[in-house]
Amino acid sequence: MNPWGYDCNEFVEVVTDYLEGKLPGEDRARFEKHLELCGSCRDYLEQIRMTLAATGRLGAEELAPKAVEELLTVFRRWKEGKAEGR
Amino acid sequence: MGERAGAGRGDWMAVEWRGGFGYSSGTLCCHCAANETFLGVERQNERVRGGRSVSAGGATGPRDTREQGSQGTGSADEARLLEGLRQGDEDAFLTLVKRYQPLLKRVARMYVRSDAVAEEVVQETWLGVFQGIERFEGRASLKTWVVRILMNRARSRGERESRMIPFSALVGDETGGSDPAVALERFQDAAGEYPGHWAAPLPRWGENPEQWVCSLETLEYLRGAIQGLPNAQRMVVTLRDEQEWTAEEVCEALGITEANQRVLLHRGRSKLRRALESRNEGQAARP
Repeated sequence: MNPWGYDCNEFVEVVTDYLEGKLPGEDRARFEKHLELCGSCRDYLEQIRMTLAATGRLGAEELAPKAVEELLTVFRRWKEGKAEGR
Repeated sequence: MGERAGAGRGDWMAVEWRGGFGYSSGTLCCHCAANETFLGVERQNERVRGGRSVSAGGATGPRDTREQGSQGTGSADEARLLEGLRQGDEDAFLTLVKRYQPLLKRVARMYVRSDAVAEEVVQETWLGVFQGIERFEGRASLKTWVVRILMNRARSRGERESRMIPFSALVGDETGGSDPAVALERFQDAAGEYPGHWAAPLPRWGENPEQWVCSLETLEYLRGAIQGLPNAQRMVVTLRDEQEWTAEEVCEALGITEANQRVLLHRGRSKLRRALESRNEGQAARP
């Protein structure tokens, strides 16, 4: 049994499994033990979390009014076509 | 979870081959699912249908609606919007546009070369949504359905404008081999005091890393780093972390196993952290 839970080079490879809730119970315990003992790996996990948070911010994009206007035109045209039974 | 119910796509999915991202030229293009070689990719879906058509007319996706898809969240809300759309209600349409447009554009952009073409593909997608709405039975979530229409459109567009390779080949390439999250030399070797542990403490991202990472400049850099990820990793990271899809949704949309999804996510995220790290180092080194 590794007294550190994991070695750091193993830790960085199971970070995603951990965050995804896919680490089996005993591995999870090892992971958390290592986290307690290793400051750099705590920082590493934190950096991964910050990376995710920053990536999430990229997703929130405003719509260009022009694009919306164009889409509405497409929508109206479709509606008219439908009404005419095409 | 993560099991895909019956589905008729995914295994043959192709992605734009971008010469600029570390790929050399190679043999490409496979239009026939039945003959495709699966390069070590776990194959979850046994009901592969051969003879796919990527003609524009095949993109309205009536076939998709008959699949046993995952039930979307907020399905009461979805049902209301769908009904509104069927009735030609503009508010319902605008709500859907607001909800899905950024996602659609982002996914489209993975297949085609320019923003302008991506916009066109998205417009065609909405048209496909209108045309298919009567036949949409709500078995797949609305999002999954709309994105599938988009992928069909974008794919056929992408095929016309660039060379393609099968998505499963990408997944095979990008999940195989060794791709360490952190360069091996960052850890102590067997001769070290603590083999496998950090050789030097991990550098922090300045005094206020949260603020730094969310600055516009860093976000812009991060956007570029995502663009630079290998195709399948970029796809998974974009859908999971940027568009906040669930793992199940990503597996279903891309036709990949949960295990492969996780490997791609892990490799992609690790690369982005590395990119941010070197960006931070570079800035710290500047006087």
